[in-house]
Amino acid sequence: MSDLKSTGPQTADAPTPEDAFHEVAALEAKDAQEDIHDERVKGPVLAADGTPLKRSLNRALRMQKMRAMMLIAPLLIFVLITFIFPILQMLWRSVENEIVSQTLPNTVIALEQWDEKSGELPPEDVYAAFVKDMKVAVANKTHTKLGTRLNYEQTGLSSLFRKSGRKIKKWDPETGGPFKEKLIKVNKGWGDVTTWQTIKLHSSPITAGYFLNAVDMRLTPDGVAMQPENKQILLKLFGRTFVMSLVITFACIALGYPVAWLLANLPARSANMLMILVLLPFWTSLLVRTSAWKVMLQQQGVINDTLVWLGLVDDANRLVMINNQFGTIVAMTHILLPFMILPMYSVMQTIPPSYLRAAKSLGATNWTAFWRVYFPQTVPGIGAGSILVFILAIGYYITPEIVGGTKGVFISNRIAYHISSSLNWGLAAALGTILLAVVLILYWAYDKIVGIDNVKLG
Amino acid sequence: MAETTGNDAFVEFERVQKSYDGETLVVKDLNLTMPKGEFLTMLGPSGSGKTTCLMMLAGFETATHGDIRLGGVSINNIPPHKRGIGMVFQNYALFPHMTVAENLSFPLEVRKIGKAEREEKVKRALDMVQMGAFGGRRPAQLSGGQQQRIALARALVFEAELVLMDEPLGALDKQLREHMQFEIKRIADNLGITVVYVTHDQTEALTMSDRVAVFDDGVIQQLAPPDVLYEEPQNSFVAQFIGENNTLEGVVKEISGDRCLVQLDDGELIDAKPVNVSKVGERTRVSIRPERVEYNKDRLQEGAHTLKAEVLEFIYMGDIFRTRLRVAGNDEFIIKTRNAPDQVRLQPGTQIEIGWLPQDCRALDA
Repeated sequence: MSDLKSTGPQTADAPTPEDAFHEVAALEAKDAQEDIHDERVKGPVLAADGTPLKRSLNRALRMQKMRAMMLIAPLLIFVLITFIFPILQMLWRSVENEIVSQTLPNTVIALEQWDEKSGELPPEDVYAAFVKDMKVAVANKTHTKLGTRLNYEQTGLSSLFRKSGRKIKKWDPETGGPFKEKLIKVNKGWGDVTTWQTIKLHSSPITAGYFLNAVDMRLTPDGVAMQPENKQILLKLFGRTFVMSLVITFACIALGYPVAWLLANLPARSANMLMILVLLPFWTSLLVRTSAWKVMLQQQGVINDTLVWLGLVDDANRLVMINNQFGTIVAMTHILLPFMILPMYSVMQTIPPSYLRAAKSLGATNWTAFWRVYFPQTVPGIGAGSILVFILAIGYYITPEIVGGTKGVFISNRIAYHISSSLNWGLAAALGTILLAVVLILYWAYDKIVGIDNVKLG
Repeated sequence: MAETTGNDAFVEFERVQKSYDGETLVVKDLNLTMPKGEFLTMLGPSGSGKTTCLMMLAGFETATHGDIRLGGVSINNIPPHKRGIGMVFQNYALFPHMTVAENLSFPLEVRKIGKAEREEKVKRALDMVQMGAFGGRRPAQLSGGQQQRIALARALVFEAELVLMDEPLGALDKQLREHMQFEIKRIADNLGITVVYVTHDQTEALTMSDRVAVFDDGVIQQLAPPDVLYEEPQNSFVAQFIGENNTLEGVVKEISGDRCLVQLDDGELIDAKPVNVSKVGERTRVSIRPERVEYNKDRLQEGAHTLKAEVLEFIYMGDIFRTRLRVAGNDEFIIKTRNAPDQVRLQPGTQIEIGWLPQDCRALDA
C-alpha cells in the first residue's frame, strides 16, 4: 500500500502540464482516481494517517477493552481459582499415579526385568530393592498410603504393607539379605505372584486404571478385563443415573408445559400469583423440601395414611414410595421443575396468539393448530429446560442421598462415597470426569441435532 | 373461484352486539349486508369496533347478541376452522418454523388434499403474488412486503370465497403500501373473492374498496362507495374523518328544497345543502372540502354568497398549494389549489373573498 501513497497523486497530476486538451486531462485524472479507488478495494483499507484501518481501530478500542477486562477480572479470577483450577486438578487426579514409582523407585526399576506373565516370583534383586525402598518409606510413613492405593486394585494389600512395614523397619537393607525368603516368612503375601504383578502393573506414573475401574474394568497382566461379578456396580449406577435423569426430565416436561402455558397466557395478575407459586420452592431450603417428601412418601406418611383412610390401600400393604427409585424421581422432579418451567415460559411469552388464530383460520383444529404451529415454536424452550434439568439431575447428590435408599442413588452418591469414605480420590475423579464428558457429549449432540442457537432462556 | 357474483347477500350481520365486560357495548346493533364479490372496508379510529366485527366474522370472538350469516347460514356456532374464511393478519402471522411453501401448504394439508394437488396449488398461489422463486425461504428471510404477499397467498391458497384482512399493510412503508393496495385490489378482482378489509387509513379505504363502512363508537356511521363517502358525508364525523375538511358553525336560517341559508356565528350568511338539518333555527356545522373552495369570482355561481378571508400561511407542496385562511373566526380554514402555470400564489396578509357551489357545502349535525 505504500507505493499507492506515492504514485497516487503523481498519476493524478501527470497529464496536466503536457496535454493541451483539458478534456483529455480531466478524463485521465478521472481514470487515475478510479485506479486508486480500485486498489483501495483490493488492498487493506487505510485510515486517514495511512496506517491500516484495522490496526488503527484496534488502537482506538484498546482502552475500552482494557476497561472491560478490569471489570470482569474479579469474577474471572474467582472462577479460575474456584472452578477451572479444581476441575483441571480433578482431571489430572483421575490419571495421576506417581505414588508407586515415588515410594518404591528401586523396586519399579528392578521389576522391569521381570516377566510378570511367567508365573514365577521375581528374583532376589527385586526383593532387595523392595526392602531398601520400604525402609525409606516406613521412615517417611508413606508405605501405608501406598498400601491403601494398591488395595484399590487388590484387596488385602493395605494390611500386607502395614504389617510388613513394622518388620522391615528393623532390617538392614545392606547386610540383612537375602530377603526373598525372609519376606515370604513375614507374610506369605510376598510369595504370591499377583502381589508383584499388581505392583508392576500400577507402577507407571500415569494410569488408565481409575478410568477402567470407573467402568467396572481393571488392568490384569493379560490386559484389560472386567471386574469380578460381585464388584461390578458402577456401570449399573451410570445407567441408572442416566435413565432416571431422563425420566425426571420427561416428567418435568410433562408437568411443566401446561404450567408454562398458563403462565404465558393468563392475565398478568393471575400469572404473577402463579409465578410466585412456581418460584416458591426456590426460596425454601433444599433440605427442607427433600425432607418434606420424606414425610409425605414414607409408609407411615401423609399419602399412605390418606390412602388407607380412604380405603384404597390396605393397612398391611402400605405403598413403598420412598428409599427407592420412585421416591428419587418424585422428589427430584419437584425440585427441578422450576428449571423447566422458566425457560419454557420465557419462550412461550414471545409467541403471539395470532399464530394460533392464523392456524385456525386456515382450517386447523385446536389440536392441529397446537401441534403443528404452537408446539414447534416452543421446542427451543423445551430444549433449554431439558438441558438444564438433565444436566442438573445427572449430577444431583443430596436428594437421592436422602430419599433414594440403596436402589435410588445416583453415580454422584458413589463419587461422594469415594471422596469421603473410601478415600479413593482417583476413582472419584475418574467418575467425575466421565460424568463431565457425558454432559459435554450430550451438549454437543444437542447442538448437532437441534442447534444450540435454538436454545432460548429468554 | 371465478363464480358469477350474484346480488344476493353473502355476508350478513343482523342486529349484532358485542360486549367484553358486560357493561359497555363495543359493537352496537350492527346491521350489514354484503353481496358476493364485494370489497368492503371497515374504516374507523382505533376502538371503534371494526376489528371486533372482523374477529366475530372470523369466529375468534362470539357475538353477544344477534346473528352473523355466511351464504345464508348462521355461523354463530361454527368454530373458526370450519368457516373456511381466509384471513390476513396485521403482522402476517406466517409460521416462522415453516418455509414459505410449507406455510402455504398448511391449509391444504389440514384439508387432506393430496401431495401433487397441494404442490400445484401452492405454486399457483405463489405465482399469483409473484413470489414463485421464494418457496424454500423462511418468513424471517423475507422483507415486509414479501411477507405480506405470502400472507395474502396463504389466505387465498385454499380458495376461500371470503377473505378477511386486518390492517394488512400497516407495517409497510408508504410507497410499498400504495403498491400493495393496487396489488391486493387486482388479485381480489381477478379471483372474484369477497373481501372484508379493516383499516384506519382512509386513503387505503378510498382507493381499494367497492364500499366503505365508517365505524365510530360501535356504530356504522355511513356505508357507501368511496366517492359518495367523500363527496356526500352523512354526518360531521364522516366529514371530519374522511379526507381534509373545513367546518364552520352556525344556525339554519332558511330551508328550501336542497338549499339552505346558514348564518355563521359571526353573522355572515352562506349557502349550503341541508343534509342533517331539518328545521330553521337548528344549530349546524357546515362542511366544505378544501379543494372546492373558490376565490376566483368568475367561477362562482351567480348570486352566491361570498366570505371575506385573510391569508395566514401559504404552503408549497409540489403538486398542490395549501393555503391557510382565517374565515369567519376560524383560523384553520384550508384551501387547496392545483399547481397550474396560471395559479396565483397567495401571500400571507392578503385579503381575499372566497365562495363555493352550494351543493359542495353541506350542513350537517352540530
